[in-house]
Amino acid sequence: MTVAAGVTYGPEPTPGDLLLTGGRIIDPSRGLDLVGDVLIRDGVIAHAGSAISAPDGARVRDVRGLVVAPGLIDVHVHLREPGREDVETIESGARAAAAGGFTAVCAMPNTKPVTDNQAAVGFIIRQAQRAAAARVYPIGAISVGQNGEALAEMGEMVAAGAVAVSDDGRPVMSSHLMRTALEYARTFDIPVVDHCEDMALAHGGSMNEGKVSAMLGLRGIPDEAEEIMVIRDILLARRTGGHVHLCHMSTRGSVELIRWGKERGVRVTAEVCPHHFTLTDERVGHFDTNAKMNPPLRTQEDVDALIAAVKDGTIDLICTDHAPHHYDEKERAFAEAPNGIVGLETSLGVTITALVATGVIDLATMIERMSCAPARIWGLPGGTLAAGHPGDVTVFDPTAVWTVDPARFRSKGRNTPWGGVSLTGAPRLTIVGGGIVFDAAA
Amino acid sequence: MNAPPSVAPLGKDLLGLASLSGDQIRLILDTAEPFKEISERAIKKVPTLRGMTVVNLFFEPSTRTRISFEFAEKRLSADTVNVASSGSSVSKGETLVDTARNLEAMRIDMVVVRHEASGAARFLAERIESNVINAGDGTHEHPTQGLLDILTLRDRLGDLRGRRICICGDVLHSRVARSNIFGLKTLGADVAVCGPRSLLPNAIDELGVTVFQRIEAAIEWADALNVLRLQLERMNAGFIPSLREYNRVFGVTSRRLAAAPRDVLILHPGPMNRGVEIDSDVADGEHSVILNQVTNGVAIRMAVLYLLAGGRPELAGAARRGGEA
Repeated sequence: MTVAAGVTYGPEPTPGDLLLTGGRIIDPSRGLDLVGDVLIRDGVIAHAGSAISAPDGARVRDVRGLVVAPGLIDVHVHLREPGREDVETIESGARAAAAGGFTAVCAMPNTKPVTDNQAAVGFIIRQAQRAAAARVYPIGAISVGQNGEALAEMGEMVAAGAVAVSDDGRPVMSSHLMRTALEYARTFDIPVVDHCEDMALAHGGSMNEGKVSAMLGLRGIPDEAEEIMVIRDILLARRTGGHVHLCHMSTRGSVELIRWGKERGVRVTAEVCPHHFTLTDERVGHFDTNAKMNPPLRTQEDVDALIAAVKDGTIDLICTDHAPHHYDEKERAFAEAPNGIVGLETSLGVTITALVATGVIDLATMIERMSCAPARIWGLPGGTLAAGHPGDVTVFDPTAVWTVDPARFRSKGRNTPWGGVSLTGAPRLTIVGGGIVFDAAA
Repeated sequence: MNAPPSVAPLGKDLLGLASLSGDQIRLILDTAEPFKEISERAIKKVPTLRGMTVVNLFFEPSTRTRISFEFAEKRLSADTVNVASSGSSVSKGETLVDTARNLEAMRIDMVVVRHEASGAARFLAERIESNVINAGDGTHEHPTQGLLDILTLRDRLGDLRGRRICICGDVLHSRVARSNIFGLKTLGADVAVCGPRSLLPNAIDELGVTVFQRIEAAIEWADALNVLRLQLERMNAGFIPSLREYNRVFGVTSRRLAAAPRDVLILHPGPMNRGVEIDSDVADGEHSVILNQVTNGVAIRMAVLYLLAGGRPELAGAARRGGEA
């Protein structure tokens, strides 16, 4: 476990007993899928399995008809604090996460100033403790100021509680710096998390290069801008023995390259966002800035390959790349608008709708990709309902149908391509350290 | 008095040719015919749009298009205001949408907009009630230019079905090329492009056009060439090695045209780089219709203004005679 000892990254454990009764417990970490009870005592899982009688004084919640899972973890979010508190804060982001069924998120360091030192890491943890919603694990920068030049002080950041390093928002363009980062990070056993984009090849593009970009007269970003960096990172991970984690994969080619790396035992892991396995560049339509993100929405061929990769595990986990922007900033001509969409409050619904309700994957596989794998791969607490682990639990209704209303988001961001869309699957109860941080019934 | 606000045959705005039907394109071309004559009169003015206010909102420098629109508006008796980006609130950091809303608050009827961002005209059209005419948005579309090119082709070639039109040069960065491709294909013409692959969209084949790698082959095939302006910036950005080499490999020259099996009509949306994409003797030659394009530009823009204002197509002739219904 790479997290700093004794640091909660969120609320303090809630004393006493919380018993969830009659839910369908799905815990892929132990191959569990049964109807039963979960007991959390003093913030720690005490029991997950057959029905038990409620201990004296326990708070009891009837969760019949709902799924009880180890808390969902999103390893890729942008919470904008410090620097853009008008757009999101650690508190609003942590509450949005809880409302989306996430018990923990990892915050990217591209804040203002950049999270590239131990003091900045400490600030995020302190704000997360104050927010007392989902846990927030800080990710430190790879390079000072994310300038791609000198390595940031990883050792000190890890000691202060950082769980990974990344220059996300930007790629690590220097192959030498990437190599050095992979080597240096081995000491601390943390992943080096890369935003794969050859900036020169992307050439200021604002959407996928293809028929739609040709029609709209928008500069396109070719698949190869991502894939060249994917294979570079895999080769450098092979050379160094370091662990590279590849952000927000978007192309079929990337999936093939990751498969190639994994077959050779390279320490490469990868993530995908719900928008990339559901939407295509056709969604840009008539210049809709809520369909603008980096990497861009690709084609149906890519969507199909990404879904297959989620199913077979070539892509290890699902994240959101939650990227809130101010209304005014998206209210611009397409090429001038910023990249990114919010995702925390739609991720579970979109994933169930697109992958589970359609029968592509089962709920256990989804929970593996959204909870167990993030915890296991990044060395984070949680991802299991085994006794003795943190009492982080997500309770959701896999069949509830609801319509996305961005005005009701806890996030300050409203930039989503799913406004007005009907989704299947909704969070009901989010529990962190035995305390309820989101309750749909409240 | 304005034309009665019947159901506008083009909708509220003219944003591009991709979304227009063949009937809509033919309607604009046919409506332009009677307007051609107005510009030939001693007194080049009819009262068709009297009392209407048109704002020409140009975020990018433009001479030809802006003047052409302004003549079209004035010859229809509209009140016009020109706003250029330099020296206006735009250069003080005002956003596009705020600029538009402020104009609208002054109760204008139409906005003609030129902007460096693809999609800017639609962005505006979706946010204000006034009619919006796209006078060029980034590298997306320039519908009135496409229409005037098509009108000029139709003047000479008649029905464009099966006619072979090749667009030459920097298609990647050209809004003129896109409007021509969409409009010509809708009318049933065979459309090709010719230029260095570095200046063609990677997915050009998916737009249903033929691609010629060599200008000689394009000339052998075509009934007409629409020669695009090659912007100097493209060389500095590394898309081509030099303007000199461009002329040697892709230039439309009289020597190359002499080898054509038929007379090839020459169009150019201007402004020309003589000696780069087109040689002077071709531009000034007997098959050049470059100045006809400019003349037709005013008529096309009069037709578009008239139709968007709710003018009934069958009354365009009456409008020409000054007897508005």
